[in-house]
Amino acid sequence: MNSKNYSRGKLTDKVFKYTALAFTVFALSVLVILLVDIFSKGLARINWDFFRNLPSRHANRSGIMTAMAGMLSLLFFTIIIALPIGILAGVYLQEYGKKNRFASFIEINIANLAGVPSVIYGILGLTLFVRILHMGNSLIAGALTLALLIMPIIIVATREAIKAVPNSLREASYGMGATKWQTTSKVVIPSALGGILTGIILAISRAIGETAPLLVIGALVYVPFIPEGPNDQFTTLPIQIFNWTSRPQADFIINAAAGIIVLLLITFLLNGIAIYIRNKWYKKIKY
Amino acid sequence: MYKLEAKNANLWYGKKQALKDISIGVEANSVTAFIGPSGCGKSTLLRCFNRMNDLIEDTTIKGEFLLDKENIYTDMDIYELRKRIGMVFQKPNPFPKSIFDNVAYGLRIIGEKNKTVIKDKVELSLKHSALWDEVSGILNKSALSLSGGQQQRLCIARTLAIDPTVVLMDEPASALDPISSAKIEDLIYELKKEFTIVIVTHNMQQAARVSNKTAFFYLGELIEFDDTKKMFTNPQNERTQNYVTGRFG
Amino acid sequence: MSLPILKKEKLIEVLMMCCSFVTVLTTIGIILILTLEAIKFFAEVPIGDFLTDTQWTPLFSDKHFGILPLLSGTLLTTTIAILVAVPLGLIIAVYLNEYASPRFTAVVKPILEVLAAIPTVVYGFFALQFVTPLLQKIIPGLNGFNALSPGLVMGIMIIPYITSLSEDALRAVPRSLREASYGMGATKFQTAFKVMIPAASSGIIVSIILAISRALGETMIVAIAAGQEPKLTFNPMESVETITTYIVQVSMGDVPQDSLEYKTIFAAGLTLFVFTFILNNISFFVRKRFQNKYE
Repeated sequence: MNSKNYSRGKLTDKVFKYTALAFTVFALSVLVILLVDIFSKGLARINWDFFRNLPSRHANRSGIMTAMAGMLSLLFFTIIIALPIGILAGVYLQEYGKKNRFASFIEINIANLAGVPSVIYGILGLTLFVRILHMGNSLIAGALTLALLIMPIIIVATREAIKAVPNSLREASYGMGATKWQTTSKVVIPSALGGILTGIILAISRAIGETAPLLVIGALVYVPFIPEGPNDQFTTLPIQIFNWTSRPQADFIINAAAGIIVLLLITFLLNGIAIYIRNKWYKKIKY
Repeated sequence: MYKLEAKNANLWYGKKQALKDISIGVEANSVTAFIGPSGCGKSTLLRCFNRMNDLIEDTTIKGEFLLDKENIYTDMDIYELRKRIGMVFQKPNPFPKSIFDNVAYGLRIIGEKNKTVIKDKVELSLKHSALWDEVSGILNKSALSLSGGQQQRLCIARTLAIDPTVVLMDEPASALDPISSAKIEDLIYELKKEFTIVIVTHNMQQAARVSNKTAFFYLGELIEFDDTKKMFTNPQNERTQNYVTGRFG
Repeated sequence: MSLPILKKEKLIEVLMMCCSFVTVLTTIGIILILTLEAIKFFAEVPIGDFLTDTQWTPLFSDKHFGILPLLSGTLLTTTIAILVAVPLGLIIAVYLNEYASPRFTAVVKPILEVLAAIPTVVYGFFALQFVTPLLQKIIPGLNGFNALSPGLVMGIMIIPYITSLSEDALRAVPRSLREASYGMGATKFQTAFKVMIPAASSGIIVSIILAISRALGETMIVAIAAGQEPKLTFNPMESVETITTYIVQVSMGDVPQDSLEYKTIFAAGLTLFVFTFILNNISFFVRKRFQNKYE
């Protein structure tokens, strides 16, 4: 290779290196700018009243009480539906499933469901739960819709966690005369728990941020009361933020920013816990 | 009467035949060693006795396997079989649970609920596997915090806790350092008083030290089966002679 | 082992199998609902009109049911997002894989993944309240609601989809290939673009397809920042409506349930579903086919 090409190659390399670094820094800066912008707009608004107040037409009297109550209630119902079904499905597919065409069909199916836009889940929920099953735009309808949406996440995480359990543990259990379910429930699932837990938390984090499907099933944008049962109407924090963002008045924008801060803190907390659990579990299982 | 017996045993993994017409009898309260080069079928035969090969897809088995004269494939429930015949594996595989819970696992599987019974059995098993002195104070610690040799002895304790009559060992010391390995050998020597032991090993000195009888396998066939002393000093078959003197394998 | 215990085992297994069926039922439910309702829609609106009319005005008195404006809105925002995310995402992936120290990568990669975890309403807010005013300073006369702002923000949101998967794909390429290239005196740049990227191409393609699918299905960012005017246009400075925001808009409104206007959401939804379904399947099969390439 003659030296002219060689030095040109080196130059390209250097140029690329610094450009790429710039891009990386740029992407990170956007994140930082986003956080700084929102915190600067909304931090001042956060006080106890903001948490305690119901929404109101007056921006400075509006609070996220009903949104938080609605979101937590919704989460509760979503989890008690999605968790058992998702985990059992994941256990079955990974531990009991045979490598046949049916199993691959389900695998493709789950991969597809994970990529379906969330509004489509909204349409499904609207037609099936709200209308056909006459649940109306209630918490339970929303919970069922979200449960279907996050189920692929839980199933995939459970499968990965179970796949990571070394086969030698199963052999030890079978070698002592344990049945398949005894081995699965007493050895495999406990060993996979860390990974499963991580998946659950990530699913929750996703559910918390979802807005579109809930709007489609008719979650209200203005809810001046706290839901008391699964049949009540509700709103959530993201929806409340959406509502405030859509208003032109500057004070509502501040409210929106404040609401976002709360939402982000919850989201980051959940993701942080998930990562912490995953790291601890990984160390434990890779002895 | 033989404690453990195979009659005209044949096994195929798919189309490949791994065991060719093997007939062998193991006496009670003895230590029998299976030796031979890699791929000779010794582990495969071992795993037939507790039907662990059932876990592998596409295996075909023909012939008779008997425990106390009962056919283990037709006369016996598979879960019962695996409680009467225990297995220790090459790489120690304790559960990611506490030391106590590891040993208690087998008892809980069979439905033992009495806490005192479990506690006593755990202590007895750990004493049997020469681990009690080292762990009696840390029973609640994770089993994974033990050293490799300790983990293997824990696995042995775990197996002994449900009172099998036969213990199959698939190269139990090969993943351990020489000192731990020696401890395992001492243990095997002690255990044969109460149990019948079959041990697969590729360490011939170990086989010579520990076993009463030795079986030499080659390419799926049983070549020679005799008293250990005789096998190593005056083998009948030329291939045995070559293996034992280190000419191959 | 007694019979009752074996029976219990079988019962538990059947229960678990039913749980895994829920996913199949979900897919069937989606396909059934969208198709059946869309058929009712197409009984009243000819498919030809649906596919070729250049106006979408189901809620006005002069009703047009052409999907093209919604499609153009969706494609416009998606294209902008992909034009941002793919070059940035790929270049960052190459940098992390080839140039950066492992420590740098271990720190930066998770931070980038935070971008994917942020709820989309937050991005919508950011697009409307920060990016649009900023763009208005650079581009005078820019509409308060436009396609550019949400498109750019979507692009940033999608970067981790491309970076993470592409970086994984690059990392899966055997060291021997990289060493062979360096051994011949190639620079990092040459190695990355002539050896690594081609070798990791299937993983990279999967990441791009998934990113496109994600962008197509995005709702809130566009709902907040793009305005809600269906227009057949490819001008990013105009306000547009996408299929997804239309669906939300109708659901939130007072449209009576069995009216033709209401049924439009199923026709629109079916169109969107078909696109993402095809993309997801392609990416699944590409991933499956090349999964064992280096194993």
